[in-house]
Amino acid sequence: MIEFEAVGKCYPGGHEALAGISCTIRHAELVVLSGHSGAGKSTLLKMIPAIERPTSGRVLINGQDVGHLPASAIPYLRRKLGLILQESRLLTDRDVFRNVALPLEIAGLSRKEAEHRARAALERVGLADRLTESPVALSGGEQQRVAIARAIVNKPSILIADEPTAHLDPAYAREIADLFRSFNAAGVTVIVSTHDANLFAGANPRLVRLSHGRLAEEAA
Amino acid sequence: MKAWFAAHWRALGLALGNLAAQPLGSLLSSLVIGLALALPATGLALFDSLASLASGVSGRPEMTLFLKDDTSAEERAKLERTLRNDASLSALRFVSRDEARTDLARNGLADVLDTLPANPLPDAFILTLRAPDLAAFEAVQARYAHHARVEHAQVDTLWVQRLTALIDFGRLVMYLLAGVLGSALVIITFNTIRLQIMTRREEIEVSRVLGATTPFIRRPFYWLGGLQGLGGGLFAWGIAALSLELLAPAVERIAQTYGTVFSLGRLAPEAVGLLLGFAALLGLAGSALALRRHL
Repeated sequence: MIEFEAVGKCYPGGHEALAGISCTIRHAELVVLSGHSGAGKSTLLKMIPAIERPTSGRVLINGQDVGHLPASAIPYLRRKLGLILQESRLLTDRDVFRNVALPLEIAGLSRKEAEHRARAALERVGLADRLTESPVALSGGEQQRVAIARAIVNKPSILIADEPTAHLDPAYAREIADLFRSFNAAGVTVIVSTHDANLFAGANPRLVRLSHGRLAEEAA
Repeated sequence: MKAWFAAHWRALGLALGNLAAQPLGSLLSSLVIGLALALPATGLALFDSLASLASGVSGRPEMTLFLKDDTSAEERAKLERTLRNDASLSALRFVSRDEARTDLARNGLADVLDTLPANPLPDAFILTLRAPDLAAFEAVQARYAHHARVEHAQVDTLWVQRLTALIDFGRLVMYLLAGVLGSALVIITFNTIRLQIMTRREEIEVSRVLGATTPFIRRPFYWLGGLQGLGGGLFAWGIAALSLELLAPAVERIAQTYGTVFSLGRLAPEAVGLLLGFAALLGLAGSALALRRHL
């Protein structure tokens, strides 16, 4: 369970990105976060893996205040999450397989186990036949699917995706949205920010809309 | 512990891969380090050889009193009593002319001695002084040089002290040089690692987001700096060994012209170990500084 308790974020210089955000995301929920550019979606998502820390309020994951975690504990928190952030670019000097296996390398898994899991993750997103290709040889939609495979390879219970369908044409965007729906159906908590909440309409998600850093609307 | 070794094994693999990806750049960086370290390494090896030459001779300066040919046994005994009562002497040894001849013959001059009609060498007392400084030698020399039964008073091994002092000075200069050049090498490695960090900035950022710890990110860079330093150490060893090999015949020829036998020693295994360790340590230090500053 993820709890935001009166979360605020004010950057140096006085820009207030978030103010008084309070909401709870339960296990295995599919939450679609929407709002205009600069509404605070990315900042809010980044607070879950402690990439950003609140300047007021608390962010709790299963009761643990991640905003006050010591720096040494943050990597271990991130390993439990599946992250598809705008910064989670694919590495062009690694092939698809090694990109997906990177979180497993970081977690210190054996080569054999890493290979098994990375293949399974790529099969899950339909790219098992593209293992040895460079990410630059893939289309935008395929690259996004590789990023998703990398996010799920550690079998996370929470999947966070920041604008995963941005810059994709509608067909690719629907494919990606379907993938998230399938993960959620398998019991994974999915929090995804998007400009187009309609992509997830069929999955009956919980919609959370932000406007100017504040919670504007919340609907199931 | 197994995980720790596995993490280092992975980091070593990444560092080697990094070096292999830029073979020319890596080679040139190591070569620059090697060239800089070769100078002090060769110098220290040279001074070590000289030191072994000096230590082959009695390190404590001595004075020899050569007696006149017509000195009787009684006069010799009287002089010996005088010397034994001299508080400035710590040891006294009598070398008869026959013993002196045997020593010379043993040192390769038997043929020369055989051509002489009689043993030309005199009896002698070898004196060791309590305070082996120049003033003490001058005082003892003044006291016995004009003794009725002394033909000549000669200070034997003061040059060894001077040579030892010079060697110590030379070694100090080489250590200072190694320190100065070592600092330059730390800067070279610092710059190499800084560039590597900049090149791999994206990978570092992505790895952080995916849960990489700081040691996980830093380890390959430590290995890279250490390996580059070690490579430099290997080059330095090669250059120093080659230089000593090339210098050795020339030095031997010079020594022969002075009637002495002297050969340049090779780098001892412990010196090689020290050189490689020092070079690797410099690489690590450069990495550590770059990582502290840029990561």
